[in-house]
Amino acid sequence: MNFDALFGDLAQHTVDGLSKGAIYALVALGYTLVYGVLRLINFAHSEIFMVGTFAILGTWSLLGVADNPPIGMAIVYLLIGLVVGALASGATALTVERVAYRRLRRMNAPPLIFLITAIGLSLVLVEIFALWMAGFFSGRGFTENRLVIGIPPLLKQETVLSVAGADITNVQIIMVASALLMLYGLDQFINRTRYGRGVRAVAQSPDTAALMGVHQDRVIMLVFVLGGLMAGAAALLWNMRYGITKFDIGFVVGLKAFTAAVLGGIGNLRGALLGGLLLGVIEVYAATLTRSTWEDVAAFVVLVVVLIFRPTGLLGESLGKARA
Amino acid sequence: MTEALRHFNERRRHVLGGMGDRWRALPRWQRWLTLLAGVAFLYYLPFLGDIPGTNLIIPGLDWFRTDSIDGGANWAGVLFVCALYVLVAIGLNVVIGLAGLLDLGYVGFYAVGAYSVALFGSAESPVVGALQEQFGLSSDWAIAWAICIPIALAFSLVAGVLLGWPTLRLRGDYLAIVTLGFGEIIRIVAKNSGWAGEAQGVPGIPGPEGPPSPDNKVFGLLDIKPWYWLALSVVLLMVLLVRRLEHSRVGRSWLAIREDEDAAAVMGVYPFKFKLWAFAIGAALGGFSGLLFASRSAFIQPETFNVQLSILFVAMVVVGGSGNMAGVAVGAFLLAYLPERFRDFSEYRVLAFGLALVLIMLLRPQGLLPSRRRTRELQDRAKEAPVNVA
Repeated sequence: MNFDALFGDLAQHTVDGLSKGAIYALVALGYTLVYGVLRLINFAHSEIFMVGTFAILGTWSLLGVADNPPIGMAIVYLLIGLVVGALASGATALTVERVAYRRLRRMNAPPLIFLITAIGLSLVLVEIFALWMAGFFSGRGFTENRLVIGIPPLLKQETVLSVAGADITNVQIIMVASALLMLYGLDQFINRTRYGRGVRAVAQSPDTAALMGVHQDRVIMLVFVLGGLMAGAAALLWNMRYGITKFDIGFVVGLKAFTAAVLGGIGNLRGALLGGLLLGVIEVYAATLTRSTWEDVAAFVVLVVVLIFRPTGLLGESLGKARA
Repeated sequence: MTEALRHFNERRRHVLGGMGDRWRALPRWQRWLTLLAGVAFLYYLPFLGDIPGTNLIIPGLDWFRTDSIDGGANWAGVLFVCALYVLVAIGLNVVIGLAGLLDLGYVGFYAVGAYSVALFGSAESPVVGALQEQFGLSSDWAIAWAICIPIALAFSLVAGVLLGWPTLRLRGDYLAIVTLGFGEIIRIVAKNSGWAGEAQGVPGIPGPEGPPSPDNKVFGLLDIKPWYWLALSVVLLMVLLVRRLEHSRVGRSWLAIREDEDAAAVMGVYPFKFKLWAFAIGAALGGFSGLLFASRSAFIQPETFNVQLSILFVAMVVVGGSGNMAGVAVGAFLLAYLPERFRDFSEYRVLAFGLALVLIMLLRPQGLLPSRRRTRELQDRAKEAPVNVA
């Protein structure tokens, strides 16, 4: 246990953790939305995120992005990346719903079956990328590529702010700010719009909602698309911060994001944000304490502890009960 | 669905559905005779196509062997893995098929079993090394293989209880993720702990004849047939035991919990207790197969016990037909055998596996060879499907 390393630089680790947690939070929103409405863990959500990272990478290399372009161009590229990532992830999410879940929903199959199809589809997506698409998006044609692929850095990561001994980089500010912004938008959408009311209605009671004229399939599609959009945004942040992607990056991020969703209270949008940021911080602390060896265990330990002592998560499960 | 396809389906249902009834209608001695012939055939499998003791071959059967293709794997070795996976599937079937608990971390118990025999049975393991030093024993001293079996069973049983105790009160899908995490934790612990050999793993794991060496007469390194027969015998024994369990009070409680936990509780079945039993028994069986795996390989390392293996285990049960022992055995056999026989497509192995999972679950959610009860349960659920105003 390396306490000196942790407490000597606590503020810095907290900042690193928060920015890491921003990605978890955005991916966690997808789990939470789907779970809130369907009571179903969308195991393939991690791959929806992975597709986003590759789509953004592909677009950037198509546009011929060079390392560290002038700031104006960088912003344009980032916005294009956001749109492309959101579209690609949203479309993948829709496909997942259509292929893996719709037929099973008609059959009212037990959750186990949903989970297995989701795992199967997630394997298929991962392999499609490993065998063909990863090569394609990195500009080598449809060849097998199971290696880490680098992404051109758009924004030079530099310290712009120093608070309490912590150096905060521009990318970290963008990450946390955009996670907050996305959550705010989503929260408003669910709580204030007509479509959001439909989502909440189906979450509360699918049968009653259907009898009141809510088109269930449309609501479910909407929920998957929203989750996909958030995952696409997370993919952009990932590309900016880490500058690499790989065919199997989805798995670990997905697992952590799911943990974050449970930690905050699955089905609860604000909970997903809280859980994500908290988990990011916990993880960075654990990594510092143990020199990275136990970083991945920390998330699971947190998950088990939360489920034992507060199975509804920190903020409680409540997509259906959200304020009208 | 077109008319012809529906006709075909009805016809198939008629023939296959009738087979089960006809089987049950046979006199008892005929059923026993058939089963005996089947068991004898299983023991004969490593020779498939040859007649032992002669130079004669039976044409045609050769095609099924994995060494009939270029660069194919040792046939007895593949059979050994098949038997191992069947054992895993039988254990996991208790958890998933009978008690209805989704366990995505079964590889954890498999690893606990493998590491038990490795750490206590191998003279080169850090644990045995510490014992040698503590008690001043010679450097080739280790705990005998036969004693490692109860140790491995006990450790995996305890692991099952330890994991089940806090988590079995959770809803089904939470349980899936927590167990997934458990499997990963076991692997990471093995990888990072000095006493477990870290990433290099543990060599020199003993078999029934003691530490691996070229002098071993029966359970050697080259001829894998005895290993297959050993694993097969364990499988048959476990089939008998689990079958008895399935038809006991405990087995009935599992079915009741799977179908409706609340109703079962009202009827006086304490769900938590029986779920924990299912978990522990499944864990012990998983540990046993892990032990056999480690003994045969003589060397293990943590990266073997990854999530993909866990998913493969679950897939064996679900594809075969969870709840039906014959079904899960077939599922395990197919998933171990097909990739080896059709190695030419090994590049697309995982892709085909994923596609097969999706397709089978969409078209035949009860599995290839389902239990009748489970099929009826699914049909029942379909009737309760929620309304939808389209």
